Amino acid sequence: MGKRVGIEVSLAISEAVKQANVDAIAAYPITPQTHIVEHLSELVAEGTLDAAFIPVESEHSAMSVCAGTAAAGARTYTATSSQGLALMNEILFIIPALRLPVVMTIANRSLSGPISIWNDHSDIMSVRDTGWIAIFAENGQEAYDLTLQSFKIAEDHRVLLPISVNIDGFTLSHVIEPHEFLDQDEVDQFLPAYQPAVQLNPDAPVSMGMVGIPEIYTEAKKCQDEVLKASMAVIKEVFADFGKRFGRRYQVVESYRAEGAETLLLTMGSVSETAMETIDRLRDQEQRPVGLLRLRLWRPFPVEDLIAAMPGVKTLAVVDRAVSSGGTGGPVAGEIRSALYSVQDAPYVASFIAGLGGRDITIDDFAVMITQAEAMAKVKEIHQYKMIGVRE
Amino acid sequence: MENFNVYAAKLAPQQESLASGHRACQGCTELLAARLVAKTLGKDYIIANATGCLEIVTSSYPHSAWQVPWIHVAFENAAAVASGVEAGIKVLKRKGRYPVDRKITIVAQAGDGGTVDIGLQALSGALERGHDMIYICYDNEAYMNTGIQRSSSTPYGATTTTSPAGEVEPLGQHTMKKNVAEIAAAHNIPYVATASPSYPFDLMAKVKKAAAMPGPAYIHCFVPCPTGWRMAPNLAVSIGRIAVESKVFPLYEIENGEYRMTVTHKHHRPVIDYLKPQGRFRHLSAANIAEIQAQVDKSYDRLQKKIQMSRSELN
Amino acid sequence: MTKKFNEKAWHEYDLGFMVTQPGCAAEYRTGDWRSQRPQTDKSKCIKCGVCYLVCPEGSIVLAADGSYDFDLEHCKGCGICATECWTGCISMVEEGE
Repeated sequence: MGKRVGIEVSLAISEAVKQANVDAIAAYPITPQTHIVEHLSELVAEGTLDAAFIPVESEHSAMSVCAGTAAAGARTYTATSSQGLALMNEILFIIPALRLPVVMTIANRSLSGPISIWNDHSDIMSVRDTGWIAIFAENGQEAYDLTLQSFKIAEDHRVLLPISVNIDGFTLSHVIEPHEFLDQDEVDQFLPAYQPAVQLNPDAPVSMGMVGIPEIYTEAKKCQDEVLKASMAVIKEVFADFGKRFGRRYQVVESYRAEGAETLLLTMGSVSETAMETIDRLRDQEQRPVGLLRLRLWRPFPVEDLIAAMPGVKTLAVVDRAVSSGGTGGPVAGEIRSALYSVQDAPYVASFIAGLGGRDITIDDFAVMITQAEAMAKVKEIHQYKMIGVRE
Repeated sequence: MENFNVYAAKLAPQQESLASGHRACQGCTELLAARLVAKTLGKDYIIANATGCLEIVTSSYPHSAWQVPWIHVAFENAAAVASGVEAGIKVLKRKGRYPVDRKITIVAQAGDGGTVDIGLQALSGALERGHDMIYICYDNEAYMNTGIQRSSSTPYGATTTTSPAGEVEPLGQHTMKKNVAEIAAAHNIPYVATASPSYPFDLMAKVKKAAAMPGPAYIHCFVPCPTGWRMAPNLAVSIGRIAVESKVFPLYEIENGEYRMTVTHKHHRPVIDYLKPQGRFRHLSAANIAEIQAQVDKSYDRLQKKIQMSRSELN
Repeated sequence: MTKKFNEKAWHEYDLGFMVTQPGCAAEYRTGDWRSQRPQTDKSKCIKCGVCYLVCPEGSIVLAADGSYDFDLEHCKGCGICATECWTGCISMVEEGE
């Protein structure tokens, strides 16, 4: 097995990218992703990683260059956050339509305005419908493991879609955590070299990015949608394979002390670790039947797994770290309510918005949310969403 | 570069890697230019195309006119996509996953739309990073594909749908055409050239030269658009020739900083010969035309000085 | 029987809806667009090849005798060949004549 190292999560991610023997990296620096790309460019400059590091002049070009490298048949990686993600927005839709496997770390950071370098999920939520697979890591080990698994998932010929691995900016990216790194030959066996299904090669000329006339556009979108949904099976396969080889088994929906729970909290990303502390306290000190669901896979949305994870649950307190202004709930809560709409005796879903722009969500905050949700559920309060911790 | 006195079309390469059946307007010299580029480069090249006339007319599903690998991503990023293809193939060759001895030319193609305005950043980035590629800008002097709106490549005095001549704005476009060839040259790349399909041998020689030189090359190709310029399609090639003969669009190259005029004429035509056949200049007064003549003369003189300075620096 | 492009089911298309048949645009008859077509007086043709070189469609093809013929499947009748021809031996006639 590998060695255990105390290292900044950003650098652990770079290590995963290096071990994955990536061919091309095109990235533009943005806080708080900078350490990832800086370290990767060092690894390339030292000759430790044999890859093309293309220092592009903007994030829009970063993703455009990635389209070029992936289409040429290179294993492709990039990273960004917030404004950078927003800037590459138009290209994000095009990558999965061209069926190009690109792996991207998003160091989740608040979207302007006001300008904020601190962590929340507004950036990833703004690209929900781009057609990318989206996975969340809760700690450094997960960030490392999921980065490696993402290449395998993305490049599978049944998938051939891009993937974002989401890590909380600063909270994860800039924190030193213990990581168990795999040996290189273990990685090589798990993740062989990229075999493109199609590539730009004069021996077999293809035209990519044709005009999608009305007669075929619907079929094109249907195809993309079905492939994204079907990728769930490949994701689970890869998770299982990784678990079998290395002992760390990932799930699309993770549970924590959810057996027999009447109320479940639902979180994504690193706040899940704090939420687990809350569950421990409420369970152990107050004997309350509460538990936690941690949503690991955001797209494709794991409808069945989610429903299966809450048998007999009466109340679901969903914590969103982004607000859909003027909408009916946080993005995650909205999706869950939709998923549960036709389910008999579906739980009451309370939608809480918290942790915006780097504001901490404390153990007490989670306890308050659980209690409030239960009270609202009891009287079947008509409720869209509420923001936690705002000074009024 | 020799001055071709004999128009030996028979000596041109016979290969065609841009098929007929594309949906361009009749008389489209952008497609003519792209066809000549394709003729020169043959089969061993890969194109990253920006959104625009060339892309739209050659890629209407299920029909592709391209017989080489071709990728279209978006409007302003042809240079970035081409950079990626170039870098990707380079690293794959180094890592033994692409045949090393195979010379494949990477070409970015875009209109003035996708180059001089929205595409300028990506172009600048690609040139600065020094990718081994050719960027060809097909300049028909407006955003033609979306309906003839002005670009910063639209010349002084031209009417377009977003710079129409009117009471308050009698000139139409009242700003000067951006000189992107000079902007490219300012990046100190090995090769910059202006070209025209009205001088097919000059164009083909420049494309060939650009392909043979390592590093970035920029070719600014002047392609009259009968539809947008409001003129008869059969005059499209001749108006391109008059543009060169009247000094409106001189044909030159800058090779490792050395300026050289590649097509010269003993006598030049007055600018009115160029402006008159085009409906987009119909509103111009005699005073406007005189002003344009003065601008063209000044520009050409400045170019001549650069050429002389180049020569004297080398001596 | 291969299905027409607008009759296939969503899963019957190529990956990413790319086109894998190079140059298949040639199937499309742009020749149906024209209202006039070129005609050569071969007795005056000097076989210089200029018309061939300046056709935006690439629809002027080398004939066995070294002169040039028109691919009427694709010729759009723009008239550039007639204008550029050095001897003026190409004329444009109304379609249907």
